[in-house]
Amino acid sequence: MSLSTDDVKRIARLARIETSDAEAQATQTQLNSIFDLIATMQAVDTRGVAPMAHAQEVYQRLRDDVATESDHRAAFQAIAPAVDNGLYLVPKVID
Amino acid sequence: MSATTLSALAAQLKAKQVSSRELAQQYLDRIAALNPALNAFITVDASKTLAEAAAADALIAAGQAGPLTGVPIAHKDIFCTDGWLTTCGSKMLHNFIAPYDAHVIQQFKAAGMPSLGKTNMDEFAMGSSNETSYFGAVKNPWNPAYVPGGSSGGAAACVAARMAPAATGTDTGGSIRQPAALCGITGLKPTYGLVSRYGMIAFASSLDQAGPMAPSAEDCALLLNVMTGFDPNDSTCLEREKEDYTRDLNQPLTGLRVGLPKEFFAEGLNNEVAAAVEAAVTELKKLGATTVEISLANSKLAIPVYYVLAPAEASSNLSRFDGVRYGYRAPEYGNLDDMYCKTRAQGFGAEVKRRILIGAYVLSHGYYDAYYLQAQKIRRLIAEDFNAAFKTCDVILGPTAPGTAFKLGEKSDDPVEMYLNDLYTIPANLAGLPGMSLPCGFDGKGLPIGLQLVGDYFSEAKMLNVAHQYQRVTDWHSRQPEGLL
Repeated sequence: MSLSTDDVKRIARLARIETSDAEAQATQTQLNSIFDLIATMQAVDTRGVAPMAHAQEVYQRLRDDVATESDHRAAFQAIAPAVDNGLYLVPKVID
Repeated sequence: MSATTLSALAAQLKAKQVSSRELAQQYLDRIAALNPALNAFITVDASKTLAEAAAADALIAAGQAGPLTGVPIAHKDIFCTDGWLTTCGSKMLHNFIAPYDAHVIQQFKAAGMPSLGKTNMDEFAMGSSNETSYFGAVKNPWNPAYVPGGSSGGAAACVAARMAPAATGTDTGGSIRQPAALCGITGLKPTYGLVSRYGMIAFASSLDQAGPMAPSAEDCALLLNVMTGFDPNDSTCLEREKEDYTRDLNQPLTGLRVGLPKEFFAEGLNNEVAAAVEAAVTELKKLGATTVEISLANSKLAIPVYYVLAPAEASSNLSRFDGVRYGYRAPEYGNLDDMYCKTRAQGFGAEVKRRILIGAYVLSHGYYDAYYLQAQKIRRLIAEDFNAAFKTCDVILGPTAPGTAFKLGEKSDDPVEMYLNDLYTIPANLAGLPGMSLPCGFDGKGLPIGLQLVGDYFSEAKMLNVAHQYQRVTDWHSRQPEGLL
């Protein structure tokens, strides 16, 4: 398998990372060598093997439906790039 | 620095031979002298450290000291630390002052251990050489032309250079064990789920685990007693009784069955590393251990499996960095989408972007079964190999890394070559097993060699016992780099 620069640009678009044509070309070579390494696992016969998502077979715990946190809005907004009147500011999305 | 073991430092504090403030100041002085050359710390804040040390002195004076109260420690810059810059080695978080403490930080604060600062690391813990840090590479204290390993490279270097008596690290594919090996210290990655991941900036959540890094196994046992414990804020943290990891340190090794995986002593292993590891096996036999050959037949697939699963999880975890709520935002942008794309293009380094792209690709429509699902199935085969092996042995032994430290820049242009460094460490992460690295010699260039132990689930006390008994009859772990100060 081999990725084209268009593939790289498409994935970068999915990942919301701006990528120039020159960057996509450089990245393409490196990603292809990594996918060559990954391809070695394709030959393994895994029929009947259950996928392992996690090291421990644990189930999500449920807790009582009570408030456990106090109000941290001021502390959290103090480190944001742009806030106003308790709101996070981003470019306008609805005209 | 005369005494450097944690138990010796704690004894001096209890006997009032030294105060926590004096001790912290000694280490701060050493950091100030050595950090310009080694770059092991990203953030040092003497006034915060000394205030924490004064609080520890008050606890000692009031007779309320715990086993390590007053002993300072350095924290990897992946742990959110209230009021401290917490960068994760990235431009994306170069201005992020954490508004809360990670559970690991809470545990060390509760134990009365002052923080000496935040240590340098590969960006978002993605790297094996510490060269991907936005804040520049860390230098290996044994030879500053060489890498310290990664991603906990600052932690390993600061302990090796005795800029801190101990440090915290995290290990997703070897990030505690490989730098411990390359810097000649002891480091342990616990069983997955023993240490809370709350407030530990996520890379690959099903693999990430925090652990201790220090000169000796005894030190690591004392630190593990502090770090472990149930935390409801991490849904994968295990509800278990607290253990005393020092309890078996002094047990004899008579009858210990050491499993030697033939795949870990095959092609690709440096001769000097192989000889040092084999010499360590001979020492363990003198202490009463026996050896048994085992096979981890699927371990050769660990790297391809890891480079599907870890990037897949990373691409999801790192989607939170969007320039809205914290961290870096691009100075110029058009619409909201453009703001995301420019912020992420400028805020992430090359290796982090590569892994996000791999992850986005393997999870994308049409490729999920061939990559992600296939990798998860082989992950089970790798874990089952270990389960079978532990029917015939008590602990698995091999090299930590295929070679010793390499030169700065030597592998930084070739991602695949860099990834091969974690050949022997990744299998334990995939299975969720505990693993540790301890020093077992030096190569002809004077660079440290690391020995790896992998244990069955929850067998940390046994592994620490083996390592401690080995360290009683050898002195590799107490050697220090010359010519630093």
